[in-house]
Amino acid sequence: MAVAAEIDRATLTTFLLRLADDHLILGHRLSEWCGHAPLLEEDLAMPNMALDLIGQARALYQYAGEVEGRGRGEDDFAYLRREREYLNCLMVERPNGDFAHTMLRQFWFAAFMHPWWEAIAKGSDATLAAIAEKAVKESAYHIRHAGEWVIRLGDGTEESARRMAGAVEALAPYVGELFESDAVTLAIAEAGIAPEPMTVRSAFDRTVAQVFSEAMLELPEPTWPQGGGRAGRHTEAMGYLLAELQHMQRTYPGAVW
Amino acid sequence: MAKNEMPLWEVFIRPRNGLAHKHCGSVHAADEVMALQAARDVYTRRGEGTSIWVVPSAAIVASDPGQKEENFEPALSKVYRHPTFYDIPDEVGHM
Repeated sequence: MAVAAEIDRATLTTFLLRLADDHLILGHRLSEWCGHAPLLEEDLAMPNMALDLIGQARALYQYAGEVEGRGRGEDDFAYLRREREYLNCLMVERPNGDFAHTMLRQFWFAAFMHPWWEAIAKGSDATLAAIAEKAVKESAYHIRHAGEWVIRLGDGTEESARRMAGAVEALAPYVGELFESDAVTLAIAEAGIAPEPMTVRSAFDRTVAQVFSEAMLELPEPTWPQGGGRAGRHTEAMGYLLAELQHMQRTYPGAVW
Repeated sequence: MAKNEMPLWEVFIRPRNGLAHKHCGSVHAADEVMALQAARDVYTRRGEGTSIWVVPSAAIVASDPGQKEENFEPALSKVYRHPTFYDIPDEVGHM
């Protein structure tokens, strides 16, 4: 196992779980649309993206289990932790809302992850770099798919524009948390595994500015930022999400396909 | 939704280099960019494709089923057009 020598295992495990939880929770949110999408085509597209995200989460959880070295596997991390042990950012747990909310959330998250995955793919941790290399292509498509919808809804009918503007207003407070820095991100950056998230802010801003200008959307004013997810402090929506995500494994412990 | 805001597009997928694009179905989409995305999401989930074409269904000109007999029956009596009347020497092998 090619763990960078100069990082302690607990720090790397925390970093991997943050990434994995972002992808599991957003994948779960997208999967909630399955069978309910506004178009048959989107009913396939959203689960496609959900499966990309859950696949990334699985690879990250497996690696986190190896690094942690306490015998926990992907199911233990995904299904058998308590709410405060999930370290995802708050944006990914926000309820789906309408289709505009879901597409904007997807677009923003992918616009953040894509440049970060690119940097992680060049990082010093070989296992994580391999996961990143696959995720770069998947997140590039998520930007394109969700971005085209942001453009068409933002510059669409009066109602679609109103809904997309509403989504921007509702989700803007959760953007800042994506770029938060703390002792974990700092240690990971110093070990050369992943640069501080703030280093991809300019790439994120460029992607967003380009799509927003085509979408005739106003870039949001800086708002009161919401945070706490990285420390396990979640919004009210998270408990309901976990109840659905975990109930099968909690009801039938150890159940497998 | 107003008529024609989400027109129909025919989807053609090329499975491998060297093969022709083949019709595989249709999608509804607002424009050509969204039609390509929808085609990708609906028809290439199992690794079916290396290239996608989408064409507005309205752009396809189809033969009239009412003219089926005059179009196609004259060919049925001309079996000599099939290249099956030659003796191929064994040495040639599979053609």
